[in-house]
Amino acid sequence: MKFPDDLKYTPTHEWAKVGADGLLWVGITDAAQDMLGDLVFVGDVKVGQALKAGETAGVVESVKAASDIYAPVDGEVVAFNDALDGEPQKLNSEPYGAWIFKMKTTASLAGLLDAKSYEASVAAEK
Amino acid sequence: MLKRTPLYQTHAASGAKLVDFGGWEMPLNYGSQIEEHQAVRRDAGMFDVSHMCPVDLEGEDARPFLRTLVANSVDKLTQSGKALYSCMLNQAGGVIDDLIIYFLREDWFRVVVNASTADKDLAWMEKVRLDGGHRVTITPRRDLAMIAVQGPNARARFWQVRPAARAATERLGAFFAAEAGDLFVARTGYTGEDGFEVMVPAAQAAQLWQDLKAAGVAEAGLGARDTLRLEAGMNLYGNDMDETVSPLDAGLAWTVDLKSPRDFVGRAALEQQLANAGSRKAFVGLKLLDKGVLRSHQKVITPHGEGEITSGTFAPTLGFSVAMARVPREVKIGDTVEVDIRGKRMPVQVVKMPFVRNGKPLV
Repeated sequence: MKFPDDLKYTPTHEWAKVGADGLLWVGITDAAQDMLGDLVFVGDVKVGQALKAGETAGVVESVKAASDIYAPVDGEVVAFNDALDGEPQKLNSEPYGAWIFKMKTTASLAGLLDAKSYEASVAAEK
Repeated sequence: MLKRTPLYQTHAASGAKLVDFGGWEMPLNYGSQIEEHQAVRRDAGMFDVSHMCPVDLEGEDARPFLRTLVANSVDKLTQSGKALYSCMLNQAGGVIDDLIIYFLREDWFRVVVNASTADKDLAWMEKVRLDGGHRVTITPRRDLAMIAVQGPNARARFWQVRPAARAATERLGAFFAAEAGDLFVARTGYTGEDGFEVMVPAAQAAQLWQDLKAAGVAEAGLGARDTLRLEAGMNLYGNDMDETVSPLDAGLAWTVDLKSPRDFVGRAALEQQLANAGSRKAFVGLKLLDKGVLRSHQKVITPHGEGEITSGTFAPTLGFSVAMARVPREVKIGDTVEVDIRGKRMPVQVVKMPFVRNGKPLV
C-alpha cells in the first residue's frame, strides 16, 4: 500500500495536491481502491458547484459498492477527468496517477493529513 | 468467531481478501474480481463453496418426505444421479431456502442448502419429518468440502488432475451427479457455464485445490460468483427471495409443481396467490441504458407503480449494469422504465433473463 509523501490526505480516503495549473487536484487513495475493489464507474462530479469541505463532490463505484467522494476543502469544482469515464480501472492501477476532479480554492491545506498520519488512520480502521 | 472452511489456510496463503459471508470467513477475491469473472467465462475458475451444507436424507421414506418438504416434484427424479432445483416453503408460501436435490437411490437423496440458512433448514426438515412420521434420517455432511470448478474448460482441467474420476463422470449430462471414489461430482453450478461441483472429504480438499490451481484453474472469490450468477439470471437467497416472498413473485414459478396431487408445505398458500392475480408481481431483468451501477433496494419507477431491485451489479461480460427486480405485473419485457440511483432517475430497459449464458451475451 502506497502513501506518497508529497500528497495531502483526508480521513475519507481522498488525496489532494496543488497541480502545476494552480488548481487543487483530488483523487482516491491506494487504500480506497484496495477497499473498493475493481472500479467500474466514476461520475456525478459537480462541476461548477461551490462546495464546503466534506460535501459530496462525486461518486466512485466498484463491482462491490458505491462510495461518495468528498471535497477536501472549501472551493469550487472546476473540472472532471473525462478520461476516467471510459477507464475507471485506472483508479485501481494508478490511484495517484489519476485525479478525479479539480477545485479552485483559496483554503489552506493545513487541516488535511500528511502521509504518516493518513497511513496511521488507515491502519486504525482495520 | 467466524466459521472457516477446510480451505481457509489455502485462501489466506493465496492472499485472498477474506470477508464475513453469512457467518463464514470467505474469500471475496484474490486480487481482481473482474479477472476472476472473465476466467470463468473464458477458461476455468474455481470457488470454495464448502460453506454450503450437503445434507443426506436416508431411509425408506426419503422420497415421500421430499414430496412434502419441497415445492418442486421429486417424482421428476427417476434416473440415479439426476438433480432437481427447488424451493422449500413455509406454510405461508414464503421461501425458507432454495436447494438442489440429488437422487442417488430410493433410500438416499442428497440435498445442498445455503450456508446462512443451514441451521434453520435442518430444524425445519426435522419438524416436517416429525409431523409426517417419515422414516428418514437427516444428516448434515460437514465432513465434506465443496469446490465448484466452472468454465468452458473446467471439466477437462478436472479430469487432467483427477484422471481416475474421468470414467465415472465423462458421460454425466447437465444436472446429473455421480460418485467417483471418494468424490461426489455433479455437473451443476451457479455461473451459467459448464463445469462440476465437486464434494470431497475435507482432508483432501486443499490438495485438490492446489492441483487444480497448478493445472491453470483460476482461484475465484464470492465477488465473482455473485456477478456470474447475476449475469446467468440465477436467484440469490436473501436478496431475490426470502421467507416473506413467494417463489411465484421471484421468477421461480418454473420450480413449483402444482400438477401432481401431492400436498407439499406452502401449496395452499400458492394456490390462493394464483387465484388472486392482483396481488402478484413480475420478476424481470433490467438493463441500465446509461452509465452507473444498479444496486439492490434501488427503487424502480414505472407507469404502473413502483418496484424494487433485488440484485444489481456491473456485468463484466456485458460492460454495463444489469439487475433483477420485482415490479408491478403490468410491466412488460421491452418496456423502458426508470431507476432512482442516488436521487437521479436513470432509464432502464426491461429484459428477459438470463443476461449471459455459456459465455454469450443475450441482452
